[in-house]
Amino acid sequence: MGAEPLYLKSEVEGRKLVLAAEGDWTSAFASQIEPQILEALKKRPRVDRVDIDVSKVRRLDTIGAWLVERLRRTWEGGGAKTAIVGLDPRYQVLLDEVAASNKERAKKSPREQPLSDALESIGHAAADSLVDLQALVRFLGVVTMVAARVAVRPWNFRFTSIVHHLDRVGFRAVPIIMLIQFLIGAILAQQGIFHFSKFGAETYVVDMLGILVLRELGVLLVSVMLAGRSGSAYTAELGSMRMREEMDALRVMGFDPVEVLVLPRLIALVIALPLLTFIGSMAALLGGGIVIWLYGNMPPEIFLERLRDAISIDTFKVGLIKAPFMAAVIGLIACVEGFRVEGSAESLGEHTTASVVKAIFLVIVLDGLFAMFFAGIDM
Amino acid sequence: MAAAEETVIRVRDLVVGFGKVDVLKGLNLDIKRGEIMGFVGASGGGKSVLTRTIIGLLPKRKGTIEVFGKNLDELDEEERQQMERRWGVLFQQGALFSSLNVRQNIQFPLRENLHLSQRLMDEVASAKLEMVGLSADVGDKLPSELSGGMTKRAALARSLALDPEIVFLDEPTSGLDPISAGEFDDLIQALQQTLGLTVFMVTHDLDSLHTVCDRVAALADGKVIAVGTIESMIESKHPWLRAYFHGKRARSRINGGTRK
Repeated sequence: MGAEPLYLKSEVEGRKLVLAAEGDWTSAFASQIEPQILEALKKRPRVDRVDIDVSKVRRLDTIGAWLVERLRRTWEGGGAKTAIVGLDPRYQVLLDEVAASNKERAKKSPREQPLSDALESIGHAAADSLVDLQALVRFLGVVTMVAARVAVRPWNFRFTSIVHHLDRVGFRAVPIIMLIQFLIGAILAQQGIFHFSKFGAETYVVDMLGILVLRELGVLLVSVMLAGRSGSAYTAELGSMRMREEMDALRVMGFDPVEVLVLPRLIALVIALPLLTFIGSMAALLGGGIVIWLYGNMPPEIFLERLRDAISIDTFKVGLIKAPFMAAVIGLIACVEGFRVEGSAESLGEHTTASVVKAIFLVIVLDGLFAMFFAGIDM
Repeated sequence: MAAAEETVIRVRDLVVGFGKVDVLKGLNLDIKRGEIMGFVGASGGGKSVLTRTIIGLLPKRKGTIEVFGKNLDELDEEERQQMERRWGVLFQQGALFSSLNVRQNIQFPLRENLHLSQRLMDEVASAKLEMVGLSADVGDKLPSELSGGMTKRAALARSLALDPEIVFLDEPTSGLDPISAGEFDDLIQALQQTLGLTVFMVTHDLDSLHTVCDRVAALADGKVIAVGTIESMIESKHPWLRAYFHGKRARSRINGGTRK
């Protein structure tokens, strides 16, 4: 006998086996009892009758009772007659209750096959991406239809709601957008001066800064920030509304959730993103300008002069034209994902993540397409 | 059960409040082992606050709570955990973990507290499910796929996973149809007899009070104003109790006679 107390003793009396259980047969000790039972079942003498003597069991709970019952069933399945003897009457109900359970054999879960499972999941992911695209296009259609309906009856337009969302995604994002763009502009300028000075081209830093910020970085960074800041919020809001049946409540009251919830959010984003892009670009130019002044020793007047030569109104327009499209992509994806949230908290997290990741990815793809388009029309 | 009149929960001079308002103002309560105690009171009167205070989810301002003869304030971390394994809680909305299926929900406390084999845990989960009147197949479902009644049963199965000695039920039959509510009452009674549970049940369901509760405690003005059998409650002269048990909704129940 080891350090563990013995819970089950077996004794053969002719054609009869007596299994004597003792001690506390409770959940706290189940991890010790179960191996002893399995051990006892390894050597099965040929007997006709098995008595499970539980008279020395001090305490019994559901798990203990089930272990007794399982022991009994195993022998019963082996063809022996079984009986539970010496049971304290107060545990009779419990044992009866447990004996009525687990009658059906549990279904075996299919065996795992790592390789084919991995291939299967890749296949599913590929198929799902098509479904995603389809859902996005369908949603775009729905939103366009609703927008057209609202345009015909403008008095249904939810102006207050748009202002509210504009405040949240636009106005309150101004400080963080300005700060980040300011820093990016400053870093760009510093790196530019440092490396350009190796071949004496410091003055061209202004050209690089102006074109890079106004054409690409301004709008791209703001889009990425808003996808993280507002897209995720949209998905989480719509998702939890779906979980709490708020969308169904809207629907039964005769409101279209797309009109009430999606359209104001989308419009707010489409208005906010170009404005933030403009503000952000200015902040980046300011940050760059200050670094060029202090680190590159170029006075502000000359910086502005060179900037005017380097960029045209087209450079500025290229950046700003892209902004509303980026906003639409971010908003649409956020809302689509929000509508796909199912009951669980995990699903909410999953779709919020998907919303941000997909939005950032598509924003960059869109930016690439725009780059080709603008190159094509010489802008 | 053990000593016949053993008090398992003893609450003395309990004061619990939020901000400037005291919700419970010096509340006293005794619950004996093996009884089903029904707890009634006005909505917002502090019934759930009491439950949540006893199980340690809300801080108290004054008073003592003893469970199994031990003052909850004097327990160290480990004793506290031991204690929490001896009670189970059924929250009003079930509070099943939404990302786990029902079987994993029931196995969660088993997995965390005991080192059982997966086979035994699966069998125990099925047994618990069948004990609360669900089929073992329900184990594969997610909480979001369950109906209200099934959610309550599954949550009860989870609260019973570790074979607690006390279960706290927060409005177990609210939101259930009368048939399901009746079945749930029977279930609680059956489980109480099977497992020797002590049940603390916050409820508004007059049928539950009549059929399953051994004693009823009434909460008003932050105190327990009366404790006793349902009959003694009905006969009480206290104005709040009269309003509660002789209101329009209650009268038909009394006139209709008790079920047993």
